[in-house]
Amino acid sequence: MEKQQTKQEQIKKEPWLRIVKRDALPVKKVILIYAIAIVASLLVSSIICSLFSSKNPLAFFTSLFTGAFGSSRRIWLLLQDTALLLGVAVALVPAFKMKFWNLGGNGQILVGCLAAIFCMFYLGGKIPDALLIPIMTVASIIAGAVWGVLPAIFKAYFGTNESLFTLMLNYIAAGLVAMFITIWVKSGSGILEPLKYGNFPKLFGSKYLLTVLVFLTLAVLMYVYLKYTKHGYEISVVGDSPNTAKYIGIDVKRVIIRTMIISGALSGIVGLFLAGGIHHTISTASANNMGFTAIMATWLASFNPLVMIGTCFFIIFISRGMVEVRGNFGFTNDSIANIVIGLVYFCVIACSFFITYRVVFRKSGAKRKKTDKAKGVD
Amino acid sequence: MTIFFVSAISIATVLLYGCIGEIITEKAGHLNLGIPGIMCMGTAGGCLGVSLYMGALSSPENASLILLFLISLLFSTVFAAALGGIYALLTVTLRCNQNITGLAITIFGGGATNFIMSFVDRTNFDPAGKLISSSLPFADKLGGFGKVVFGHGIYVYLAIAVAVVCSLVLNKTRVGLHLRAVGESPATADAAGINVVLYKYMAIIIGSGIAGIGGFYYIMDYIKGSWENAATIEAFGWLAIALVIFVLWKPNVAILGAFLFGACYIVAFVIPNITSTQREIIKMLPYVITIVVLVITSIRNKRENQPPASLGLNYFREER
Amino acid sequence: MEKETVIELRGITKRFGANIVANKNVSIDVKKGEILSILGENGCGKTTLMNMLAGIYYPDEGTILIRGEEVNIRSPKDAFNYNIGMIHQHFKLIDVFTAAQNIVIGTDDNGKYDIKSAKDRIREMSEKYGFHIDLDKKVYEMSVSEKQTVEIVKALYRGADVLILDEPTAVLTPQEIDRLFDVLRAMRKNGKSVIIITHKLNEVMEISDRVTVLRKGEHIKTVNTSETNEKELADMMVGQKVTLNIDRPMPENPELRLEVEGISLMGSEGHLILDNVSFSAYGGEILGIAGIAGTGQRELLESIAGLHHLQSGSVTYYNPKKDKPITFFHKTFKRVMELAQSGMLRYADGTDFTGKDEKGKPLSKKTICNQVEAGEVFFKEDEVINLREKTPLQIRELGVRFSFVPEDRLGMGLVGDMDITDNMMLRSYRRGKSVFVDRKTPEDLANEIIDSLQVVTPGVHTPVRRLSGGNIQKVLVGREIAAGPRVLMAAYPVRGLDINSSYTIYNLLTSQKKNGVAVIFVGEDLDVLLSLCDRIMVLAGGKVMGTVDARKAKKEEIGLMMMGTALKDKEKQEGESL
Repeated sequence: MEKQQTKQEQIKKEPWLRIVKRDALPVKKVILIYAIAIVASLLVSSIICSLFSSKNPLAFFTSLFTGAFGSSRRIWLLLQDTALLLGVAVALVPAFKMKFWNLGGNGQILVGCLAAIFCMFYLGGKIPDALLIPIMTVASIIAGAVWGVLPAIFKAYFGTNESLFTLMLNYIAAGLVAMFITIWVKSGSGILEPLKYGNFPKLFGSKYLLTVLVFLTLAVLMYVYLKYTKHGYEISVVGDSPNTAKYIGIDVKRVIIRTMIISGALSGIVGLFLAGGIHHTISTASANNMGFTAIMATWLASFNPLVMIGTCFFIIFISRGMVEVRGNFGFTNDSIANIVIGLVYFCVIACSFFITYRVVFRKSGAKRKKTDKAKGVD
Repeated sequence: MTIFFVSAISIATVLLYGCIGEIITEKAGHLNLGIPGIMCMGTAGGCLGVSLYMGALSSPENASLILLFLISLLFSTVFAAALGGIYALLTVTLRCNQNITGLAITIFGGGATNFIMSFVDRTNFDPAGKLISSSLPFADKLGGFGKVVFGHGIYVYLAIAVAVVCSLVLNKTRVGLHLRAVGESPATADAAGINVVLYKYMAIIIGSGIAGIGGFYYIMDYIKGSWENAATIEAFGWLAIALVIFVLWKPNVAILGAFLFGACYIVAFVIPNITSTQREIIKMLPYVITIVVLVITSIRNKRENQPPASLGLNYFREER
Repeated sequence: MEKETVIELRGITKRFGANIVANKNVSIDVKKGEILSILGENGCGKTTLMNMLAGIYYPDEGTILIRGEEVNIRSPKDAFNYNIGMIHQHFKLIDVFTAAQNIVIGTDDNGKYDIKSAKDRIREMSEKYGFHIDLDKKVYEMSVSEKQTVEIVKALYRGADVLILDEPTAVLTPQEIDRLFDVLRAMRKNGKSVIIITHKLNEVMEISDRVTVLRKGEHIKTVNTSETNEKELADMMVGQKVTLNIDRPMPENPELRLEVEGISLMGSEGHLILDNVSFSAYGGEILGIAGIAGTGQRELLESIAGLHHLQSGSVTYYNPKKDKPITFFHKTFKRVMELAQSGMLRYADGTDFTGKDEKGKPLSKKTICNQVEAGEVFFKEDEVINLREKTPLQIRELGVRFSFVPEDRLGMGLVGDMDITDNMMLRSYRRGKSVFVDRKTPEDLANEIIDSLQVVTPGVHTPVRRLSGGNIQKVLVGREIAAGPRVLMAAYPVRGLDINSSYTIYNLLTSQKKNGVAVIFVGEDLDVLLSLCDRIMVLAGGKVMGTVDARKAKKEEIGLMMMGTALKDKEKQEGESL
């Protein structure tokens, strides 16, 4: 009699749900979890949008698609924006694969852009574009690399927190841009008019194609770099197990510094395209927060550059589609897009929990015995 | 000179709220990059509260400072804390990556704020802003000194009070001791019988609530109720995160640090006879100083000045 | 007079997974006001048993009684509520807090937080038991012994009547041990019960009232200390010698391969982990290293592999290169030139090879390469290489063929998230000038290892983390052997492995020995060491206690040495002369 009571007490004491780590899920199931999350978040978004505008929730989805694919110009813009975001994601991915939290994408893009504009401003018209564009390219790459390697040096030698360091560099980069604009714009308006020289040539009559091709190529090259080269291999070892890296004699400091030079340089190239290929001018907001958005894209793609093509496309698809939703639903500012994107992120981020962990509910005594047996057979 | 001090203190107040909120969160071991978004959300909540209260009055002249203060305080903290709650749910219970979650919170918070603000009736914001920023009655009689010390709205003094209380709680109470233990080593705290999950939730939610006041203060007090978009407040949010490092996670030092940052921010606008280029250089100073502090503390490696040991790492009891 | 029984464990069994039984039907009791020692070899289940009292683990079978009442201890907090405090080997303290803060953390003292009155109470307690403790000192500034004191005070402050100490003397100096024992005796006088987990016989004899001996998870016997002696305890602890069926050929013309002389290594806590360790390893024999866990074996191997900065001593490698042409397989061009300049090389006819022709003009790189590749350049003597202060990469570049199976398989030897092929590459990925890694060769190697060692895996592309312990170890040992070592070091290579996998590993080590490799084997099971090795060196507290001939040595003899009794000089020489 007494014993039974203690048994019951035991069961009572066990919490009604418990979280345990699970074994790796098959890829199919992982994709399914993500798909459910995305669909669920879009459904919620459509309901929110229709609540605030008395429109049909279905119209949300149609607007989303027309906004993204409605005309050939829209498709080109979609592709161009995807390519730019992909470029940033490609730049960040080696750092993240190394578990180096580079939150400084924005700053690295900005200094790259600034370096290119600098060349365009001072050399434009004085030397032919054929010479100017290579100079711009070199300048952007160097500027981005410097911005990337600074936190890496301190991280490698002193263990300085890289996420906070890179975050601060974003603002210093923005400050530098603001400073140069005050030098270049004498009127004090703070807006630099688009520059005429050093603009990238059209490719097959399209001003978008070059950007798309370059960053697609870079994504493929990055995939090859990470997967098939010795450098890429070292990055994986340092990221996954620094102790193993030490054991087999990898110079961890060198790998960190080298990788961040590459990461920064690639961000610089994105800045170059913003300057030479798209805006021909610069503002403190030129990076358009891509440094942060791209972190989402790389993380969602689990650091695989080829998968990143898809995640970048998805993110841009939502944000471009939302432009149309906003118009159709009569919202006055573009904030609704950020709300929807935020919701999608929340749901997708939460997926990582369901992929890594399993929730176990309390079972009755008989049931528990059964599962314990089943586990024993495993 | 008086204007300089008054403005610097105003900016410092914005940063101080954000900084204290982030310190509390980081002391629990969570690096909340969602603070910029959470500060925006506090703005939206507070402004909504103000518009509801002012709308309910027959005339804006009838507004009472006490009621306006309490309502705006309640609304801004609750809205900000709600977004903080989402962050806590994702990072504490679901153990998602803190950096990623924080960035998503910031994106969402900025968007939601712009969205809410487009519905908020701002007709009576001007009188409300004036009322909230009204100084203590005897301030004018004491000349420049009086203006600097007593010439601020009620939210400035609240910020200092919050910082002092936070410092006392962290260093002099059991709750503070336990919170620090959770941030340093959740496993040790857990073994000592501290409810780690509860402490983390409370720290994140309270911290978010406090940070939220900062954004509201900026809109209602400093720029007296005018509204453009959330980007300015987000920028203050990032600066507040920098400030946390600068003051080495110490709330009482944060009062001085915030003033220094505020002064750097404002000095560029009040110094006469400097070029706009020099102004931009001065505006970069807070960030440069923060990096220098970050590097020096990491080189000196003094234990008291390091971030909480488990900052950024999620805790899962079964991984002993 | 019979003392009151405080804790009673009845028929406790604890399993980990399906096959590992950590404790099997253990029943012991603890009396009020006594010091009970729990004695046993590593892995005998001492710590597991005590963790069940401290609320870390929950027993699968059996009951725990406290003062005659059956209880459930489900968490450390429950344990505190039953007045049980445990001091783990790895202290659970917060570095940036002061001693006093660490002591009061988690308690609620009726809601008031008054560190002053708490300090007064702690001081009172300290006087009672004779602690020396600076309450305002931060933990990170403390020595190990001070940290331990804080842990003990922390447990007592929470009202612990039963104090469990896990290997409390392992990292203390003799003076500190004396002081600790004084404290423990004071506690006994005040009616507290103390359980100490240990493996040092002299301490058991000195401090305890009764001794409980565990072996392989089972309770062997509990005896009164006054009625036993060290010899009897050692016999109970190690049990009868079991000869394992391992093939052990006599070493064939062993050659000196590795000489370690007087190396000392300082730990981060400021005490010596390795204290003046010297030994030699010969090609064609297996040198066993025995010792209680954590007495420096791991650091010894890591030091040889170039992972630590040594305080003193030398590590010398003898490359058996006499009369053999040099190759570019293990030597870079740079190294060849270094050797040539230091006069180590000769041509087949005996004339010096200096990298210059007769007139003293330097030969071109191409000529030198051709001569080396044609096998015309020889070593004069065995190459002697100093390995002190060299990084693992430098050691490899010097052409030293070391293989090292570290204790921490997934954290150091392998990368858990990578597949078998990529893990094969860890040692070899640098080969060749190409910027790309060659995955073909490692994949063939992976397949070869999977076949020859019967690794159970879905394929070469499965992340090693997903394999079972035995299979992970086969992958690691397979890779290290495939590198064609001259010296093979293995730390606990069979830990956690089932019988069949263990034998696979033993046979691999023996076959390496037959190939003339110098094998250094760190093990914990004395039966295995005695059946597998040729010589056994015993470490205790970072010092060499002696080296014995594994074919003649007695188990008890090694057991005594592991407890810190140095070998008598005469026997020592016998063992070393082989």
